Amino acid sequence: MNFDFSQDEKMLRDQVARFLSDQCSSKTVRSVLEGKAAYATEVWDGLVDMGLTGTAIPESYGGVGAGYLSLCLVAEQLGAFLAPTPFSSSVYLATEALLLFGSEAQKDHWLPKLAAGEAVGTLAVVEAVAQTTAEAIELRFSAGQLTGKKLIVADGGISDFAIVLARNPAGGLGLYLCDLQAGGVVKTAVDTVDPSRNSTSLEFNGCPAELLGTEADGWAQLATVYDRAAVLFAFEQLGGAQSALNMAVDYAKQRFAFGRPIGSFQGLKHMMADMYVALKLAESNCYYAAWALSTNSPDLPLAAATARVSATQAFQLCARDNIQVHGGMGFTWEFDCHLYYRRSNYLTLQLGGLTEWEDKLVSSLASGEAAA
Amino acid sequence: MDFGDTQEEAQFRAEARAWIAAEAPTYLTDSLTKSGFGGVKTGDFDPMVEAKLWQRKKADAGWACIQWPVEFGGRGASPMQSVIWNQEEGIYGKLSGSFIIGQGMCAPTLMAYASEANKARYLPKLASAEEVWCQLFSEPQSGSDLAGLRTRAERDGEDWVINGQKIWTSGAHHSDFGILITRTDPEVPKHRGLTMFFLDMKSKGVVIKPIKQANGESGFNEVYFDDVRIPDTQRLGEVGGGWQVSLTTLMNERLAIGGGIATGFPEIKELVDGLALASGRAIENPAVRSKLADWYAKSAGLKNTSARAMTALSKGEMPGPENSIGKLVAGGMMQDIAKFALDLQGLGGVIVDPQLAAHSARLQAMLLRSPAVRIEGGTDQILRNIIAERVLGLPEELRADKGIPFSKIPSGN
Repeated sequence: MNFDFSQDEKMLRDQVARFLSDQCSSKTVRSVLEGKAAYATEVWDGLVDMGLTGTAIPESYGGVGAGYLSLCLVAEQLGAFLAPTPFSSSVYLATEALLLFGSEAQKDHWLPKLAAGEAVGTLAVVEAVAQTTAEAIELRFSAGQLTGKKLIVADGGISDFAIVLARNPAGGLGLYLCDLQAGGVVKTAVDTVDPSRNSTSLEFNGCPAELLGTEADGWAQLATVYDRAAVLFAFEQLGGAQSALNMAVDYAKQRFAFGRPIGSFQGLKHMMADMYVALKLAESNCYYAAWALSTNSPDLPLAAATARVSATQAFQLCARDNIQVHGGMGFTWEFDCHLYYRRSNYLTLQLGGLTEWEDKLVSSLASGEAAA
Repeated sequence: MDFGDTQEEAQFRAEARAWIAAEAPTYLTDSLTKSGFGGVKTGDFDPMVEAKLWQRKKADAGWACIQWPVEFGGRGASPMQSVIWNQEEGIYGKLSGSFIIGQGMCAPTLMAYASEANKARYLPKLASAEEVWCQLFSEPQSGSDLAGLRTRAERDGEDWVINGQKIWTSGAHHSDFGILITRTDPEVPKHRGLTMFFLDMKSKGVVIKPIKQANGESGFNEVYFDDVRIPDTQRLGEVGGGWQVSLTTLMNERLAIGGGIATGFPEIKELVDGLALASGRAIENPAVRSKLADWYAKSAGLKNTSARAMTALSKGEMPGPENSIGKLVAGGMMQDIAKFALDLQGLGGVIVDPQLAAHSARLQAMLLRSPAVRIEGGTDQILRNIIAERVLGLPEELRADKGIPFSKIPSGN
């Protein structure tokens, strides 16, 4: 057994961390948050230049083929720096869906573009202010066209294409590839708890689209994509949790009250110890899930749900209590605490919230042999 | 990253598995499987007799304390082989529960500080459990504040004379030897006036009284010392260096206890799998599912954290204080699980009669035993302090006793 990342993987992580530390300060995050840009183009271009958009894309499709363990560590750093880019939508969702279910022609067309950052993709699923169910999907695909509305699509406003969950004439669900540049799509920005990430509603008025791959088995395919993406989102959450904890600890060491650093008070120490515990549990579960993802282990659905549940808990706790450690200053616009708080709650709801992943975890537990 | 065995690991696993299959006390399998919280259950057989038999058998075949050097009764095995052995030994490992303190904590302390002659004399018998050891640290006035201990050791010729009292000593009543931390100089600040010894528990002047615990069982003892003489040759470390020695013991405590720590998750999972609630099947109840998911994620997190620590060990790195999270998470979780498990069973949940209660009343036993898990071996609060100060680097709590001679420290009485 060797439960650790390799030297090469760690070097890549450090390289990404150095780049983001230089290029993705909170000033960059705030420029998107405050509406000055739809996303951080320089950060995005840098990630593309480093080949990171093609991390898990095989070389035959223009990628780097470095694999999922590397991609997990990239995701962790993107989370740590709150990178305001469409990386997660394009890489964890659109690229994964294509790799898993795309036809040869679709892969040949889109994957090299995704790897090279020439195209940004996303996944369009949600139609209502409710947990998404298969029965509730109303957007229709018929005669080669999509008609209907997706209420909120991550990075919908900056994507070149979307993979859209839609109902076909037979009543089943399929994933459909739609070129958003082709016209006929009305994009409307949606305000969310985290404006540092682009959120857009997409209205399709008879837009040309084609089935992703050959089988219209959209709901099951979506679950497969989600299981894989959940691991990568969990790594983003892990990175965010670590940064929020670091911020709290740094502040508690230098802020004085009652003649001593506030970090010497047990009330705050114990809060930060609990943040650390949540972070460590999430980290270990994420590492295991990274292994399950990279090896296509049958344990992946359970491992992904486990990583997702504990990383969601960790980031939400660390972001929330980072504000508490900062006291009144933590509630100012000026301090960065709210950036983590916003992002933690935004990431929680990507792919469905904590309640849905807890439910999936227990379902996977019931179907598998695993017991911790 | 690779979770499979290497070829050598697989070979070792096969060897261990074959030996266990041939030699394990299978007549105890049923009772051991049902053993939960509190003492190990061995049915009609005496638990200590069975534990010593199994340990002796392992020792004779070279499967006891396998990570120790061969000359001290071990096998010179790697940390990873030790993990594999524990996995393969499975429920039979529960038999060795009474030896964990001696083998997991006293022995590393002896290896680090005892004379060569004493190591050769004591370690092999510790490995085979021919002699059982305990650890005499806590006192009525010094639990979390261990360095505030008061048991006195005074030099008298070639001996030291011990007077005072220890408490919460696990297994003192069936121990042959113990390591003992004492105060040898009350006129210096508290951490500097301590000295460690080991002693024969049958020495004149040692009196052991079992404590009746809140759960009705008695696993711990009070130990009184009345002019007990210990030869200076049984001193461990320097005079006044006892605190440093105790850190070796306590660091190994985290390893000994932190590894395959019980969380209660398998028990609650087994319970709800077969349970019906007023609203339908328990496993389909949203509140049950949410809690199960949370507890599974925590217990998987501990298991995976432990696997990472093993990887670090196998690369020659020392496990750090971050391993304090194990008991902190498991203790509270076990208590929550037990409370919730009873809650799902109506008034019948209060029944502790193993003939009447679900799952031989294991969850009721867990409810009554779990408060101690959050106290023994470092309270939840002390563990949080350790994480905050030694992992996160937060400033120390201001201490009212810092730099003051022990004899001048306010004691409140």
